[in-house]
Amino acid sequence: MTVDTRIPAVSSLAQNQLPRATTPVLLVLSLAAGAGLSAALGFSWAWFAVFFIVLFAVVNTTVSGVVEGRRKATDKLVTTLVYTAFGLALIPLISVSWSVVDNGLERFGADFLTTSMRNVTGLNDQQAVDGEAEFIGGAYHALLGTFLITGLATLISVPIGLLTSIYLVEYGRGRLARAITFFVDVMTGIPSIVAGLFAAALFAVLFGVGTRNGFAGAVALSVLMIPVVVRSSEEMLRIVPNELREAAYALGVPKWRTIVRVVVPTAISGIASGVTLAIARVVGETAPLIVTAGFTSSINSNPFSEWMMSLPAYVYSQAMRPLSGSVPEPSFDRAWAAALTLVLIVMLLNLIARLIARLFSPKTGR
Amino acid sequence: MSKRIDVGDLNVYYGSFLAVEGVSMAIEARSVTAFIGPSGCGKSTFIRTLNRMHEVIPGARVEGKVMLDGEDLYAANVDPVTVRRQVGMVFQRPNPFPTMSIRDNVLAGMKLNSKRMRKAEADDVVEQSLKGANLWNEVKDRLDKPGSGLSGGQQQRLCIARAIAVQPEVLLMDEPCSALDPISTLAIEDLIGELKQNYTIVIVTHNMQQAARVSDRTAFFNIAGTGKPGKLIEMDDTTKIFTNPSVKATEDYVSGRFG
Repeated sequence: MTVDTRIPAVSSLAQNQLPRATTPVLLVLSLAAGAGLSAALGFSWAWFAVFFIVLFAVVNTTVSGVVEGRRKATDKLVTTLVYTAFGLALIPLISVSWSVVDNGLERFGADFLTTSMRNVTGLNDQQAVDGEAEFIGGAYHALLGTFLITGLATLISVPIGLLTSIYLVEYGRGRLARAITFFVDVMTGIPSIVAGLFAAALFAVLFGVGTRNGFAGAVALSVLMIPVVVRSSEEMLRIVPNELREAAYALGVPKWRTIVRVVVPTAISGIASGVTLAIARVVGETAPLIVTAGFTSSINSNPFSEWMMSLPAYVYSQAMRPLSGSVPEPSFDRAWAAALTLVLIVMLLNLIARLIARLFSPKTGR
Repeated sequence: MSKRIDVGDLNVYYGSFLAVEGVSMAIEARSVTAFIGPSGCGKSTFIRTLNRMHEVIPGARVEGKVMLDGEDLYAANVDPVTVRRQVGMVFQRPNPFPTMSIRDNVLAGMKLNSKRMRKAEADDVVEQSLKGANLWNEVKDRLDKPGSGLSGGQQQRLCIARAIAVQPEVLLMDEPCSALDPISTLAIEDLIGELKQNYTIVIVTHNMQQAARVSDRTAFFNIAGTGKPGKLIEMDDTTKIFTNPSVKATEDYVSGRFG
């Protein structure tokens, strides 16, 4: 057999193709034309974007349709649509991040994170705006409250959630398991204010009407957190291969030891990152904390007595009830700074979740 | 070490479905017994009843007797965990524990049961088991590396080392070579030949040459059609099964006329 690589005069495989640079060139041209058109109407970014995208989609598709044929033209049109949708989806994300960072940095800093609102009044804000005194007042008490309340909520939810998911995956058969799955699904959809009212009512029955403390807030958050933990660890436990369980059984290992020593360690990275994401989910809850933990301007490090501030409640009170009615700006700045703190905490939790997933995941190296 | 198994009129069910019907056989100590037969005929189902792994599946149950040196595995007060400590098993796909090192995988039977051992003793078990599985020379310098980093054939030998580390009486192997290349298969077949000095070995295989090479006795299972129970057709010395079987279906199967 000989190898024949001569090129024939006419090929049935070849067809017309636009040069590679066509799309980028058309993109630049549409940008210019879009800018021109919108300038003619009195420039605005919105019109510029609309003109640019419509022009580019029409021209690019038509040129491709004329030269390359229908299939390639459709490909280019859909590609343009997909990128446009992606860009639209990014707008709110970037806009939110930008406004939080931009507004939050005004007051954010070491001073903000280490002082409380105790004895800070509208008069201080008035003086600060007039340039007669330093800006004072921070969110230390709210930061501490958020850590204590979410920490307690995690301590309550993780054992309950993990054990429930172990029951569902390893033991649950029949009606009871189906009922639990159903109620977990229902609980996932509970509005957070309902969870808050539930905890408030529970504490009212147990310790008297009007009881508000950090622990009640933690209970409210656990109601929201437990279903998330159950769901995520259930998924993780289910993907542990059955072969590993059978391998352990075949070595004469009892079922409970197999679960504790083989199944859970194999799934631990997924479980840990699921728990971290569940924490991130509840750390920003506002409504349930307002009705259970209340507001305060002082540092309270005991979650079992007295009202306790949390970051979301702090944002709410600073934004809705400024200290000084006539100069509300310092209070708004504090609200934005606290919002930035919350966003940073959530971001940190997400990073931790990734780190945990990497650290605990089964090693495959040689 | 090593005990014989006698099975008396065993029916195996998945829920109400009868998967294997009326099996009676004797498995000799210190020998290799092979189960052959077409897919779905119940070989794997049957072998899993020999260490009570069958009942791990919800709804699965058996009727009949399985005697391990005269003791009924299915007597009312027998704990399946105790049975499995005496009857070890190697599975079709290599399944080392991904969270454990090679050394911990070998010691898994002890470690998972929280058995206390001195380090010297544990080192000894690791070396003896890995030598027994012909894997020692390949992994002795990287015992602390994860077991999942080994090749498929090495992983399977690691699983065999793990199974023999707890010193069972019987070793069940459910198609141990079906996921492996010919070289690894050869290594495991050699290993089976050595292991039968000390253990009773039962092996399920789809590879008739393998059955002919490694086993002393062979059992042929067959199924009448889908939805019908699998049955033991005949069991005899391996040479007889492959040269002069007494049943026509066996001859058709081993000569490649069906299946």
